Parts: sequence; C-alpha cells; structure tokens
Amino acid sequence: MKDHFTMDAPQPRLLDEMKQGVIGTPMDRPDGPQKVSGTAGYAADHTTENMVHGVLVRATITRGRVRQIDKSSVEAIDGVIDVITDARMIRNPAQGMAGSAPVQPGDAVHYHGQPIAVVVAETFEAARDAAQRLAVHYETEEAAVTPETSTDVETGEPETAGDFEAAWSGSEVTVDKTYTTGAHAAAAMEPHAAIAEWKDGAVTLRSALQMVRFNKKELADTLGIDPSNVRILAPFIGGGFGSKLGLGPEAAAAAIAAEKLGRPVRVVMTRQNVFDTVLRRSETSQRVRFGATKAGKITAIAHDDRVSNIDGEGFAEPVTQASQFLYGADGLSFTQTLARIATTPAGSVRAPGEAVGMLAFEAALDELAEKLGIDPVQLRLDNLPETHPMDGRPYSARRLADCLKDGAERFGWADRGAPGSRREGDWQIGMGVASAARANMLIKSSSRVRLTGNRAIVETDMTDIGTGTYAILAQIAAEALGLDPSHVEVRLGDSDLPGASGSGGSFGANSAGSATFLAAKKIRARIAEALGCAEDSLTLQNGLARGDNREAALTDLVTEEFLEEATVKAGKTSESHFSSGFGAHFAEVAVHEWTGEVRVRRMLGVMSMGRILNEKTARSQAIGGMIWGIGSALTEEMQSDPRDGHVVTRDLANYHVPAHADVPGQMQVVFLEERDDYANPIQTKGIGELGISGAGGAILNAIAHATGRRVYDYPATPDRVLAALDA
Amino acid sequence: MKPFDYIRAGEIEDVAGGQIIAGGTNLLDLMKIQVVAPDALVDITRLDGLSDIAEHEGGLRIGALVTNTTVANDARVREGWPLLSRAILAGASAQIRNKATTGGNLLQRTRCPYFYDTSQACNKRAPGSGCAAMGGAGRMLAIFGTSEHCLAAHPSDMAVAMAALEAEVEITNASGETRCVPMNDFYRGPADRPDVETVLGDGDLVTAVILPTPRAGERQTYRKVRDRASYAFALVSVAGSVRMEGDTIKDVALAYGSVAPHPWMDQKVVEMLEGETASNELFQRAAKTLVPETAPHPDTEYKITLLRRTFIAAMRQLTGLADSAGTDISRAHS
Repeated sequence: MKDHFTMDAPQPRLLDEMKQGVIGTPMDRPDGPQKVSGTAGYAADHTTENMVHGVLVRATITRGRVRQIDKSSVEAIDGVIDVITDARMIRNPAQGMAGSAPVQPGDAVHYHGQPIAVVVAETFEAARDAAQRLAVHYETEEAAVTPETSTDVETGEPETAGDFEAAWSGSEVTVDKTYTTGAHAAAAMEPHAAIAEWKDGAVTLRSALQMVRFNKKELADTLGIDPSNVRILAPFIGGGFGSKLGLGPEAAAAAIAAEKLGRPVRVVMTRQNVFDTVLRRSETSQRVRFGATKAGKITAIAHDDRVSNIDGEGFAEPVTQASQFLYGADGLSFTQTLARIATTPAGSVRAPGEAVGMLAFEAALDELAEKLGIDPVQLRLDNLPETHPMDGRPYSARRLADCLKDGAERFGWADRGAPGSRREGDWQIGMGVASAARANMLIKSSSRVRLTGNRAIVETDMTDIGTGTYAILAQIAAEALGLDPSHVEVRLGDSDLPGASGSGGSFGANSAGSATFLAAKKIRARIAEALGCAEDSLTLQNGLARGDNREAALTDLVTEEFLEEATVKAGKTSESHFSSGFGAHFAEVAVHEWTGEVRVRRMLGVMSMGRILNEKTARSQAIGGMIWGIGSALTEEMQSDPRDGHVVTRDLANYHVPAHADVPGQMQVVFLEERDDYANPIQTKGIGELGISGAGGAILNAIAHATGRRVYDYPATPDRVLAALDA
Repeated sequence: MKPFDYIRAGEIEDVAGGQIIAGGTNLLDLMKIQVVAPDALVDITRLDGLSDIAEHEGGLRIGALVTNTTVANDARVREGWPLLSRAILAGASAQIRNKATTGGNLLQRTRCPYFYDTSQACNKRAPGSGCAAMGGAGRMLAIFGTSEHCLAAHPSDMAVAMAALEAEVEITNASGETRCVPMNDFYRGPADRPDVETVLGDGDLVTAVILPTPRAGERQTYRKVRDRASYAFALVSVAGSVRMEGDTIKDVALAYGSVAPHPWMDQKVVEMLEGETASNELFQRAAKTLVPETAPHPDTEYKITLLRRTFIAAMRQLTGLADSAGTDISRAHS
C-alpha cells in the first residue's frame, strides 16, 4: 500500500510527541563495528568466482582522436585477456541526478586523462602493467585548457532584484574586490570502484555510488538496455562528497567488459585515475561589490563569477547561491560567466557554490565592515533581510541572528581587539567571523517499513556515504514505532528497494527520513486499528501499544507482518517559503610574520539546521564540513599543467586535504534548537554542507584581522600570505 | 607493476646488478606506476650489521637499515643532534617513518610531478626525453643547482639535517671495501645526467651514516615550511645549529631543503654570520646573499622570498632574537 505525500502545508511535529525518546540522541551508528573491523563490504571488497580485473587506460593528449590502439603491445603480458574499447564507454561520471548517460565520446578525446579503454586481465597487476604499456596512436587537435585562454566563453543574463547600478552609484561607501579560488577534488578515501556481473541479459553492478535510483537509469541508458535489467548495490560507500553522485567510467567499463567476456569484471580506479577523471570543483574568479551607507546599511550587492567546465556538461559551479539570500540591499545583481576548457570535467563537490562563493563574499563583507568601522558581527546583524531579497519569499526558519550573537558570546569576540594588535612571539593572532548558509531541499523519496512483533525493517535504495543514514533511519522508525533502535534493521543501497533521493545536496536525511517516517506512520495507523483505538490517541513505547484505555504488546498485536511504503515529495511550501540552514562560523588563527604559515587555533560553528536527528552524527558532519573549510581556505588546490591541462596533483601526498595537525583541538559545534515546519514532515534541514559553507571565510577574515592584510587568492598557502604581507 | 625477480641478499656481494629495496616506501610507489620497472629487486633487509646505531669516534654510526622512527626516537640523537630528530619527525607520516630506512631516505627520488607521470618528458626518468617541468606547473621545483636538463628538487628532510651536521655517508663496495663521503659530496648535480643522482657506482651500497661529535652547547632547529601542517613536502626548509657567546654568533652550521637537487649549503652565509652580533639587520643581509636573483621557473619565484624569510625566522629562533613564546611551531596551537 503506497502513500504519496506532497509537502503542501506545514505538518504537526509528531516526532516531538512520540515517547520512545531516541530521536536526536547521540546514538552510535549501528554500522560502526562493521566499519572499524573491516567487515563492511565496500564495492571492491566483493569477490566472485571467475572474476577478472580491469584497469582504465587514460588518454595522454588533450584533444583529438584515438587513431589506433595497438593491442599487440600488451599481448605478451602474462594474464592479459583483452583491451576493450566500446562506443558506450563514458567520458566522465554523470552529473548528480542526471538519470541518463553522460557524454559517450567514441574515439574522440576531450581531455588529458580521459578513459579511452579498459584492459582486462586475470590479475590486477597484469591489467595495470598492460594499461601502462599499451601503445596508443592519436590525432591531436589544439585546445584551450585555462579559462583565460578559452575562446568559448559565455556570460549569462544577470539575475537581479531592484536596480543595482542606481544603488551602487548612490552608495556612500563601497568595496569592489576580485578573488580567485583553486580547483578542488572531493578526494574521498575510497577510490571509485565497480564490479559488474551479467546473468540472463541483466547486469548487477556493485559500485560506490551516492544516488542509486538515478545511477540505475544512467547505467541502463549507457548500455542501451531497459532499467529493469539493471540492479545496483551500494550498501557502503567510503566517502562521496559529490564525487560519486553519478555513474562513473569505471562502472560503465566494468559492465561493458563483463558483458563481452562473459565473466564478472572488477574495475577500481587508481588514485591517479580519480584525480584525472572524477568531476572536480571548478576554479573560480569572483568580483564582489558591496555598497553601503556610512551608517552601515547595505544598499548594493553584486557578485559576478567566472567558472569553467568542459564541453557537453550542463553544470556550472553555482558560486552565488548563498549571496542571493543572506543580506538585503536596494539593488542586487549576480552574473555568471562559463568558460569551456579541455580539462578534467567539473561537477558537484561538497557544497557546490557556497564552499567557494562564501569565501569571497564573506571576505568582501568583512572589508566593508572595516571600511565602515563597524564590528563585522554587528554589520551582519544589521543587514539581515525580512524576506528573500530576490523573490520576497519569507524564510521558513532562520536563526542566523541568534547564531551570530550566541557564537560571538561563546567565542569571546568582544576581546578581539584591533587588526594586527595581538601577537605571541613571531606569530600574529586574529579572529574572524562569517555567516553560514546552505539552501535546503526535499527530493522525492520512497521508503518501506515492515513490522513484525517488535522488530522492524526499513528498506530504501538510499545510501550511507559515511554520513549516518543507517543510524538516523533506525532512530526515526524506532521513535515512530516505539522500538529499541537495535530492533530496527535498515537495508540500504539496493536498487530493488524503493527509490530514494540518494545522498547529495545535504537532502538525504530530509528526504529518505521523511519517507521512512511517513511509512512508519502508516504502520501506526494499522497498529491503532488492530488495538482498536484512534490513531491520534496511540502511544508506542518499548514495544507496547497503548490508546483509549487499551494496551497490548506489539509481539501479540503484530503477529503477521505490517508492510507500508510511502513517498514524499516537495510541494507548495517550497514555493511559499524559502528554506535554508543558517549558522555562524568563528575562527582564531596564528600567522607567522616571517614565513606566512597559518595555523588555525580554534573554530566554533553555531548552527540552526532544523531538528537534529542524531546529535553525534550531526556533529560529525558539521565538524567534517568545518575541516573542509580549513582545506578550502588554506591547503586544497588541484594544480594543472598550463599547456595540456593534465592534473599534476594526482595523489593524496600532493593534493592537500587538511591533515590532523591542521585541525585544532578546539572544534566546537553548537546546534540551536529549531524546527523547520515548511521543510518536510520531520522538520529537519540538511546538515553536511552547512559546516563548510562560510567556515573558510571565517579563517580568511581571521588572517586579515591577525595581520591587517588580505589575501585574495585561495587557498592562502604561505607564498600567498607572504605576498600579501609584502604588498 | 611489471613482473620482477626477487632476490634476498645474504651477503654484501649479492647487491650488485639489481635494484636495491629496503623499506620500499618510495620505490614500491614508483614501481606501481612504472616510473621504475626493475627486472630484479634485491632485498637487503636481512644483511647483518646495518640495523644498529652505535657510538663511533665520539659520534654515532647509524646503520643504513635503521628506520627513520628509530633514529628520531633514539635518546642519544635527541640529546646530541636534536636537529636530526626534528627533521625526521617533520617528514612523511608515522607509518612511513616506521618503514623507511636511513639509506632509503637519502636515496629517495624527487617528487617532481613530471617525474611521476610517464606521459610526460623527464630526463631523470627517461634520459634524453626532455624536461616537461620547464614551462609546466612547477611550484615544488628547485631554485639552486638546476641544469637545463632538470629542475627537480630533492625532497628529503633528514638529509638536510645531516648535511648541516656535517654527517658522512659510509659506502661499501662489492669487495667489502668501505669509504666515507661528506653528505654534500654524496649527491651529484643534474648537469646533463639528471638520472644519476649520487656518486654510488654499481655494487656500491650505503651502509651507514656517520654523525660527528655532537655540537655541544648549540641551539638547533629544523624549520620546515609547507602547504599543510603535516604530511607535506617542504616548500623550503632551514636546518641550523648555532653557538652563541652573549649576543655574538660563535659557530653556525646551516643547510637548506627543497631548494636544490640535494641539501643546499652556502659557506658565504656562514662566514657573514660567524663573529657577528645577532640582529635582524644582519640576518636580512645574509639572507640576501643566500638567495638567487631569479628562479629558474616562474612558479618558484616565491621560494626566493620564502627562503629568505624562513632563514631569518630560523636565525631569530637560533639566536634568541625571537620570543620563545611563539617560535616553537607546536605552540602556535594554544
């Protein structure tokens, strides 16, 4: 029995009325012991009888055509079975929620590093050897590999509200600065991997994928088969951060090779493959303009950006996403320019848009505060708009002011002193603040709940990419059904199960959580019916059902399985109200005046992000995001050759995600109590990406406070900090 | 990985002709991506007499197979040559240091990304193929001692400390004869053969590093600046040891890392400092002498500034000019 629910109106806060008392608690993730003991089965862990090994061959030209692949160059290698090319192979991973095949380039080469073939051998070592030694002959073409040299550059229409030009020219105080950010890699711990096996015209793919419902369609479309002949299994994923939203070249190659050879094929990307071909976050160039009155009322906001992507990809880093709704002004204007370049394609990397847009936006606002002589916290507080500045929608729930005030109090903001005024030896110390914002979403999602006695099973193709989905869905079902969470089994990542949102855009908990809640609610109705009470008088707790003076154990009441499925999707509330997570980041840094080294000494994030489902996994998400903030501000940058565009930072020794020593001992996260009634039936908001959005901005503002100088090119590595100090 | 023969050396004569492997922390990575593809690996980890640290003529003899972790944690090293301990601990990660050996650390290869990418020209990997790093992305390249054939920098931290400490490399040939070579004569500049990095000949084995008598009463530091706080190669580093008498610099030993194809030393700078009163002005002048006018690659222009300033930071620390409060990098995290 299905229930399609559309979020057209605020829903009662039923989770607050239920009695089990597990929602929100810092419950350990049930899959934790499996993960730390190495028994959680990740994609490449699976082995099947008769399985062979594929390694992707990369193009070593920037643009052109594969004229010939000389198989004889590797035939002598012991164990090599075949070198496979196929018109169905894909150029790069699909964009998030594409649901269709990405570009299938045939023999065309569109960037250096593009997979052009898969070598299959009896052993991984033989396949890797052959992939390395395979002789490939190309025809080459010229191609631009930097946005500055691109000849295919398109500027979109400005998105505006009010009259920016009039507001700008009438502003008493202005800031007009240009910032750059480097390209980022998701750099998930687990490299992309897939195992494909065919039986009776149908393929089963085990792969590290975030959005199984969409990935199933992507694989079917890639192979030209009906989706009913595709099954995808992704029960555990070793980090995604957007890089596993869409079906990847390794999965297509595994499926194609397995079909051709009639044997299961495993293809695991090398770490170098991952950097070469997995979607990167575009580098950006951003011009930010703030106009204000002398009294500190913002009058004009413009945020214009230039990003890049390869031909054929619809994605452009949405740099100004948060800039459009954080602060009010008489005139606002946002213009994006997209340069086409022949490099590793760009796509979603954790908090696309905010992660880099807020570095520049919040830094420029800090400069405005300095120019006005107004405290940066106060300037933000003074310019919070009543409603969405671009379209006038009311905010569904916004405790940004509380976050800023609470954070300032906790962090000791009042003692921060003048810029450049605090030092310890050769280190200059400073504090910075930035707002946090990340738009919130509800994506169509289905879930099935089955109850027998006091044991429940939750089934959905939703994924857990390390975020805690297994924990929170168990908690939601346990709360709704009055069960100990250990009595709830959660089954995820199987495309035969009801289709969920998948993990992306921080919408997974909202979407799959709501569907699970609604399915459990249907089961509550059946329990009430079985007990003989009204549904709204039913109380479920510790396996007991009570209502209207009746009481029964679920083990007596539910002797045959109750099975319910529910689907949730966004509705009128997303049009009537604007929902976003909000918060305030604070950072204290030390900057070495001689070497330009920056050390983050402490960070605080105060966040209002709707109902917290699990205090521990939510906190982990928030801290993880803040560490990404350290990376975007200080350390992370993909570097490429300026001539042929090939990535030169192709491993984790040279692509610098923050190490433990970069993360201060004091990483404090505070959640302010909030329910977002317009967001979804469980009043939650996305968490994962709010932690990063703004965190780096607070660090960069702290550098400016410590030194009295500003860095405009990020990450702020020692060379760039020194350039600012010497400027 | 290309198939290879594996030979376990029982005697020192067994090492001739094969690719030597000890900890393998760099070599195995290179083999996986076929930057190095030997026909035979000679495992020296069972050879006798290479795994101990022994007192030797007032100093120490560190066997080539002693792990980086063991050297860094050795009480005698920490007491007499703290610079060496700090340099080792500033490199790699705990896991790598547990496996990496003293000899292997000296012989590790450059981290130039063009050396690691077999689709790119590299005279060090494929002699005569050219140098794709010229005109490419070159932030980690050297600023001293390069040639028109190679711009790569040597990445070791340990070797820089050993150079400053005037350590010698003990080399044993296939006949069992031993010779000692000062650290800075051990490495060759790239010239027209960037693939030949040391004076080792066929059958030669690094068997130990000899540390001379401790520099008693000296303050030592290893100042490494990098893109993140741990597990990153140096952008530049300064290894230094200074003996002061009052405000006067009596003795100074210095070496610089990640700026040349080998640990870089500059006697002129030492001469400028010795006998002088410590001051920022002196260090500024010496730093100007130390650094080159221009860098061989535009991406490393910043290293001129960074080396100059890191040198000053290190000298301020070594001479007591910097307040102790903030000079120890570990204390930047309050």
